[in-house]
Amino acid sequence: MPGHVLSPYLPILVLMIIALGFGLGSLVAGMLVRPRRPYPEKLMPYESGNPPVDEPRYRFSVKFYIVAMLFVIFDVEAIFLYPWAVTFDKLGLYAFVEMMLFIAILMVGYVYAWKKDAFRWE
Amino acid sequence: MNPYLFGYLGAAILALSALSLTRKNPVHAVLYMIVMFFHLAVLYLGLGAEFLAAVQIIVYAGAILVLFLFVIMVLNIKEEMEGERFSGGWPFGIAIASGLFLLVVLITGNIVPGQQGPYTPGVIAAQTNTKLVGTLLYTQYIFPFEIASLILLVAVVGAIVLAKKKLR
Amino acid sequence: MDLLYNAVFRPETYSPLIQVLIILAKALVVVGVLMLHVTYATYFERKSIGHMQVRLGPMRVGPHGLLQPIADFIKLFFKEDIIPASADKPIFFIAPAISIFAGMTAISVIPFFSGFVVANINIGLLFIFAMSSLNAYGVVLAGWASNSKYSFLGGLRSSAQVISYEIAMGLSLVGVMMMAGSLNLSEIVRAQQRFPGGFFWPQALGFFVFMVAAFAETNRTPFDLPEAESELVAGYFTEYSGMRFALFYVAEYIGMIVMSLVGITCFLGGWNGPFAIPYLPFAWLFIKLYLFIFFFYWVRATLPRYRYDQLMALGWKLLIPLALLNIIGTGLVKMLLKG
Repeated sequence: MPGHVLSPYLPILVLMIIALGFGLGSLVAGMLVRPRRPYPEKLMPYESGNPPVDEPRYRFSVKFYIVAMLFVIFDVEAIFLYPWAVTFDKLGLYAFVEMMLFIAILMVGYVYAWKKDAFRWE
Repeated sequence: MNPYLFGYLGAAILALSALSLTRKNPVHAVLYMIVMFFHLAVLYLGLGAEFLAAVQIIVYAGAILVLFLFVIMVLNIKEEMEGERFSGGWPFGIAIASGLFLLVVLITGNIVPGQQGPYTPGVIAAQTNTKLVGTLLYTQYIFPFEIASLILLVAVVGAIVLAKKKLR
Repeated sequence: MDLLYNAVFRPETYSPLIQVLIILAKALVVVGVLMLHVTYATYFERKSIGHMQVRLGPMRVGPHGLLQPIADFIKLFFKEDIIPASADKPIFFIAPAISIFAGMTAISVIPFFSGFVVANINIGLLFIFAMSSLNAYGVVLAGWASNSKYSFLGGLRSSAQVISYEIAMGLSLVGVMMMAGSLNLSEIVRAQQRFPGGFFWPQALGFFVFMVAAFAETNRTPFDLPEAESELVAGYFTEYSGMRFALFYVAEYIGMIVMSLVGITCFLGGWNGPFAIPYLPFAWLFIKLYLFIFFFYWVRATLPRYRYDQLMALGWKLLIPLALLNIIGTGLVKMLLKG
């Protein structure tokens, strides 16, 4: 960076450090002042006062994976829209039609997912 | 780009990747990877590629790693922690990796910097990286862009077919 | 006075060291104001919901209970710290810090008045998306690290909810990007000066999608399923107590304030108002912020909680098509107006 102009991203770094400092600082400060009198029953995971049965991290519904995978895909789709939206005024009709085609192709996938009940939770 | 910053980022990315690879607990490995992705994003920022930096965080750290976490969460962590971290063939892998590294080191001496294109840092700063990406992507690189939509379509179908098979 | 003006609006006239100090001062001021708002947002919530339900809300600590948030803080700070024996300790420790980090850092790109923003970057809006996508980690890691069934399920549910609505949120703001032609939040506010009422009227559909997504992203009623106490105790932070619990609580309020500020900046004209208020250039922004937050509370006091399948269906089947429709509509209208 030439001369005295600092990177516009420097303030973000500063704020990140402040935020981390706040988060970790208050955790550590709390640790120093608060009491800690553990006994085995107190440290059990909460299960309405009963001793826990089974492992908590059991297999869960495949729905969560579908949502996560569809999220990745549609997130990428949204990413393609941002530069297009920002340059919209400059690009003109041709790019508009292109983007409509892009959305239309993705809509095919969306409708397929819908028909396959990927968005339904029972 | 400031050489000290570049040096720090390079070293940090290598160190974090190594940490992420050697963790026995896969959730810890993912955490190191998030921090590594942040460093990568800063690397892109240093090259004037703001949009790419944002995408790095949004897509890789924000979406793909969440999917990783979902998958890891059903693993039996206790079993995972007891076993060996690497499979038997790891010396072989290291040998290949060192060979590639040697190759890269040998090549670096012979790199001839190419001709400077029209997109100098000044041009990028004046137009902003995002707008330039938009202009190029939707005029010059239309075809790859539309192909990307088809690939995404295949991905949607693939994701559902895979998951549905598991369900039954 | 001149010195202050220069420091805020033209820091580049100073040497790098002083510039860094100016940045630090700005960041600390913004964080300080944010934390003050978080503290009293809790009081404001209890009071307004109390009055909506014909009770008084906190009244004991200080006049009209004004010191209640401070008393709450002191209580939480000195509470015993309980880490479940089977928890993954480092991640259990880090998870609340991640939540705070994501929320607090996002505030750096919000412009408070013309020329006052901690980090004036070209990709401000994308930075907000990036930080809100990190929110999922605090939640899912807390749930996983606690090694308790309620936490685990709450964390999973919550992260699936957050990621589902993130797409709707991103798409709802594409219309704003098209109209402003920029991702810089100050530029977006300036672009709205030509429109009476900001982008609220031309982007009404986008604003609706944004609002629903904002409620879901911040886990507020009617989408507060992750902490549905009737089924999941306290959701992902069931096992958290004392200061660690307080951090999650604070992160939720920071998230709400940040989302409100993004909505104000992108749809309601940011710091601009019907007339200029002398000496207080940030006044309109804060007035809008309080109204926005009040709206969050009003909704909480009015609507019942959604069921989980309804929530996911709403996000995927209604909001995403609506947001896409908004994009196509905005594009068509812009094309027609240009001729």
